[in-house]
Amino acid sequence: MPTFTLKVNGRTHTVDVDGATPLLYVLRNDLDLHGPRFGCGLGQCGACTVIIKGEAVRSCIRPISGVNGAEVTTLEGLATNGKLHPVQQAWIDEQVPQCGYCQNGQIMTAKALLDRTPNPTDAQIRQGMSGTLCRCMTYFRIQAAIKRAAKVMASASLQSGSEVIA
Amino acid sequence: MTTTPGFTRRDFIKSSGYLVVGVAAAAHADFSGLVEAQAAGPYVDPDFHQLDSWIVIREDNTATFYVGKTDLGQGTGTAFRQIMADELDMPYARTTCVMGTTDLTVDQGGSGGSDALQTDGYPMRRVAAEARRVLLEMASTRLGVPVAQLAVVDGVVSVTGDASRRVTYGELIGGRKFNVTLRGANTDATTGTAPIKTTQQLKIVGQSPQRYDIPAKVDGSLKWAVDVKVPGMLHARNIKPPVAGATLVSIDESSVRNLPGFVKVVSKGNYVAVVCEREEQAIQAARQLKVNWQKPSTAPFPSSEDLFRYMRQATPTSSGNPTIVGNPDEAFMSAARVVEADYEIPFQGHVSIGPAHAMADPSNDQLTIYTNDMKSYGLRNGVAQFLKMPREKVRVVWMEGPQAYGRTAADDAGFEAAFLANELKRPVRVQWMRQEETAWDTKGPAFTIRMRGGLDAQNNLVALDFEARAADHNHLGYNEPDTVLIAQLANMRRAQPARGGADRPSEMYAIPHRRTTQHIVGLPLVWETPLRTGNLRDPNGPQVTFASESFIDELAAAVKADPVDFRLKLLTASTTDDSGFKRARSIATIRAASEKYGWKPRPYPQPRGSGDILAGRGIAYTFRSQTVVAQIVDVEVNRRTGRVWVKRIVCAQDCGLVINPEALKRTIEGGTMHALSRALYEEVTFDTEKVTSVDWASYPTLTHADTPETFDIVLVNGDPNPNRPDLQHYGAGETVCKALIAAVGNAIYDATGVRLRRMPFRSGRVLAAMKTAGV
Repeated sequence: MPTFTLKVNGRTHTVDVDGATPLLYVLRNDLDLHGPRFGCGLGQCGACTVIIKGEAVRSCIRPISGVNGAEVTTLEGLATNGKLHPVQQAWIDEQVPQCGYCQNGQIMTAKALLDRTPNPTDAQIRQGMSGTLCRCMTYFRIQAAIKRAAKVMASASLQSGSEVIA
Repeated sequence: MTTTPGFTRRDFIKSSGYLVVGVAAAAHADFSGLVEAQAAGPYVDPDFHQLDSWIVIREDNTATFYVGKTDLGQGTGTAFRQIMADELDMPYARTTCVMGTTDLTVDQGGSGGSDALQTDGYPMRRVAAEARRVLLEMASTRLGVPVAQLAVVDGVVSVTGDASRRVTYGELIGGRKFNVTLRGANTDATTGTAPIKTTQQLKIVGQSPQRYDIPAKVDGSLKWAVDVKVPGMLHARNIKPPVAGATLVSIDESSVRNLPGFVKVVSKGNYVAVVCEREEQAIQAARQLKVNWQKPSTAPFPSSEDLFRYMRQATPTSSGNPTIVGNPDEAFMSAARVVEADYEIPFQGHVSIGPAHAMADPSNDQLTIYTNDMKSYGLRNGVAQFLKMPREKVRVVWMEGPQAYGRTAADDAGFEAAFLANELKRPVRVQWMRQEETAWDTKGPAFTIRMRGGLDAQNNLVALDFEARAADHNHLGYNEPDTVLIAQLANMRRAQPARGGADRPSEMYAIPHRRTTQHIVGLPLVWETPLRTGNLRDPNGPQVTFASESFIDELAAAVKADPVDFRLKLLTASTTDDSGFKRARSIATIRAASEKYGWKPRPYPQPRGSGDILAGRGIAYTFRSQTVVAQIVDVEVNRRTGRVWVKRIVCAQDCGLVINPEALKRTIEGGTMHALSRALYEEVTFDTEKVTSVDWASYPTLTHADTPETFDIVLVNGDPNPNRPDLQHYGAGETVCKALIAAVGNAIYDATGVRLRRMPFRSGRVLAAMKTAGV
């Protein structure tokens, strides 16, 4: 079988699998990264979401051959130096999850959304998140957490900006 | 999965025991110790009459509670820690909780029926109170003063008036067993001799510590049932019949034999699975395997378009004796007016976001099943019967999983993994595919409901007739192995299928003459059917309450009454039965919702607007498991598209004593939104051969785009004596799922003047109904 190289959460891995293998199974079963989860295998629900080049990508329908050499971020890679990403912290502060199975997709999609649109309107949040499904229907809290994270991230970037000026 | 060396909880229970280390020392349940315990066996049942089965206190003055329930994501584990820490006088932060694992925790039945706190919370409180009593006696001996002169704060016992004389719980019992025998005829009745605290003495109850399971769900570190791996584990996928009721003729194994990683095709009767080394290999092999099926000679069921006609004409497979109050026949004959309506509710799916899965490990001549099945104890017993193994060789480890709010294919997957592991003598992990899950998972039963109401000349409701037919003929059970799909496919059947019940309206209206009749109807294909039913979040209340609370609104409209006033009047009517307490709480809850909403009586329905967006409001109320809910919604109906948006939800809820208000609010939000999804979107469709709603495109649900703008929750304590020292904690979760659908239908009527008697209120159906009515 061919080998493929991935840089996941800053670490380089080489895997030896069939090129048609969806990225999801490589992450979960070869690299033991369980943040992304199987939900549909059809790209419909978002439970398997990872971030590649700033985009929220559905790893269940992305063959490993198509992401050879890519840099991939999973839920496990969002925290820096042991500090949770503001989106993750907002999820705790708002106590968002019920069962939590889909929340990988919610968090990763929200992170990509906020990187692209730092101060989203309600309509942009609804639109940007609408393809990421939650069976516990925690949408109301997810949207509150996204707004909370946006505020924290804006204030953090303001602070780092003033430090530069100083 | 990594394992931690050291002693296990089981070692502690089994041995004469001095050291307690290993399991659950972390801030949240650490399952690595549970995996390690695999090597041991036989798996004896923890004895609920032993205090040591429930509570372990370590030398570092931390405690772990072992309870036989599971947490489906509502924070019940956090609530268990709160109530037990409170009785024990331990700080919440120094406690942990292990749940639902058959050889570690006493059998409290797993979860279901929102009974976690209402029923099982009480033995938990009593055993914790008993542990405190025993510890105080030990402290009395140690410190040489009577118990009456001792006080406990945060797990530290001290002499009243001399705080320097103190001893911690950990110093008293840490690393040793209580060896205290409890009483009680069954687990629910478990008790020591200590009384539980009065409501006024509780300190941790009523606070909102954050749920302990959430951080690990947010940073990706939690090990879920879906993540379990052991060395040598294989992956399996099922192959379902393409037509429901088809018979397996032959399998062409050569179609997959040369695929990389192929291990084996396993079949028994009409059950077929393929097993491979890697997960994606099993998926590919299942797709590629050539299987020859013979279609059944008769259609397994009518199409979903034809379902309600079929259900109305079918001879019931069983009918309950009608419940009669007063003389309804006479009351209807003498009524000034009779109002009638028929309601239709389709099958709706559990449709877990993560398809059913389990892993079974047959190592060491034992069988361990890792699962998120809410009823782990039933799974254990059922698998032992199914495989004809001694119970003591089987254990079930409950772990977190995707929730689907009821009895689902998680049970099926547990049996399948056990069967395959037993066949291959290797650990096997099985997971269903999306199409398989959506098509074949258990369904909430379809209903047709006929309602009649008799009004007297003064517009009083004097008679109410409720007659329900539920397509609930083959129902996933609890302990019974023949209710799971693999058993039915393998032709393991009983004389009669397990049947559900059709349920009845659960309100407290004082109506002098009533009749309630329930029938179960079967579909042509009884066994191995994708329309097998299973408890779905209530389990039948959303269907029944859609009909009963829509109909109350129809009666209000018939007499031109305001819907809130009409309900309050029905609840204030005097009767001779003992429902006054329940009525008082019902009235308080409806009033709380209408006050929060700002409800002012006005004509109903209101005069229709002229623009594209028609706005309306609706209320519904219900009473379940001693919990009362009143929900009011604002809707906007798009006259051009038929789309319904619920813009605002107000939910007032009275579940008695609230353990964790913030966690409860989120449970209310989630349950209400789940009901909203059922109200607006969810419907299982099928032709006369198979289910055709098979994924998230063909089985649409609520999305972020549908989220209400405002969601107000009022936690009511409507007890006529709110300062009672024994205020009960009732089942909080499922009641919110019951009323919401009717509230939405009632609001659509207010907005459009059109009464929808069939759910869900999908845009096409709403648009067609408006066109028919000339809106």
